[in-house]
Amino acid sequence: MGLESAMGDGYIATKLEWIINWCRKNSLYPMPMGISCCAIEMMAAAGPRFDIARFGSEVMRFSPRQCDVMIVAGTTTYKMAKVVRKIYDQMPDPKWVIAMGACTSSGGMYRTYSVVQGIDQFLPVDVYVAGCPPRPDNLLNALILLQGKVQRGECRGTAPAMVGDFGGKKHQQQVTLQLP
Amino acid sequence: MTPENQQVLDLLRAMHADAIVAEAEFRDELTVEVKPERIVEVCRFLRDDPRTVFDLLADCCGIDMYTPTKRFGVIYNLYSLKRRHRIRLKTFVEEESPTIASVTGVWGTANWHERETYDMFGIEFTGHPDLRRMYMPEEFEYHPLRKDFPLMGIPGSLELPKK
Repeated sequence: MGLESAMGDGYIATKLEWIINWCRKNSLYPMPMGISCCAIEMMAAAGPRFDIARFGSEVMRFSPRQCDVMIVAGTTTYKMAKVVRKIYDQMPDPKWVIAMGACTSSGGMYRTYSVVQGIDQFLPVDVYVAGCPPRPDNLLNALILLQGKVQRGECRGTAPAMVGDFGGKKHQQQVTLQLP
Repeated sequence: MTPENQQVLDLLRAMHADAIVAEAEFRDELTVEVKPERIVEVCRFLRDDPRTVFDLLADCCGIDMYTPTKRFGVIYNLYSLKRRHRIRLKTFVEEESPTIASVTGVWGTANWHERETYDMFGIEFTGHPDLRRMYMPEEFEYHPLRKDFPLMGIPGSLELPKK
């Protein structure tokens, strides 16, 4: 290591991009998009028992301008989708999305006219978390996976990861129905 | 029939005999079917008369029987806090453009109940102060609790933001 030997002890050489991503991944500010019951588990993950602060993400900001990762936790209706998208658009780049829970990932048990069957229809999702609701451990696992993506410089829904049992692949069946 | 129900029914028969279409009692609950054009009159009578005092509209909701006649109905569940007595009023409106007079003038709480019924069944309440949709977006054209509305909705009727 030519540069390091020239500078002496206490210096290491690295890529600027790598060190920026390393900084980013260890201080992800979540936007808590708590729409329904998954939000309770998200709060538990932020509490002392599961302690999301171990991963540098304890600062839940209620202003999207100060956030890096949006945790969409709950059933997203068509009416709410516009709000979720608006808040996502207000977040500064680079930004990531965790789809927490069955409803958010695929509509879940709400196979009905008012619920969006998966938020990836209007948002680029980086990590899907299975469960109804997922345990806080699963959310932490998603965060760790997301940290890996941040370190690799992946963003905006490239190579989405999945946490938990999705039965091999994500259930994404499109159903079209006509009026009788 | 329980004495309380009998008393209310006799009173209704005496005062508004021509407004009553049918009545029934099931498990001590009295249901009276009323002509839709007389609903406000009957409601106001039941609220104001000292022998009935149905001062609380517990619920007002719609119903879609999906039958050739008497398809859409509006149901009023009344409760008297003073007498601890319940009664249910039923009305049926015509199918093509279901319209009925609003009872917001009788019970203020009918406001949101009627908005919900309008949203879900498309029943218009004339004289309602603010008849907007309750749950669905303003631009939505259908009424989801009608029986001919498909469970998964009509593709393209609800807009999603662009990805």
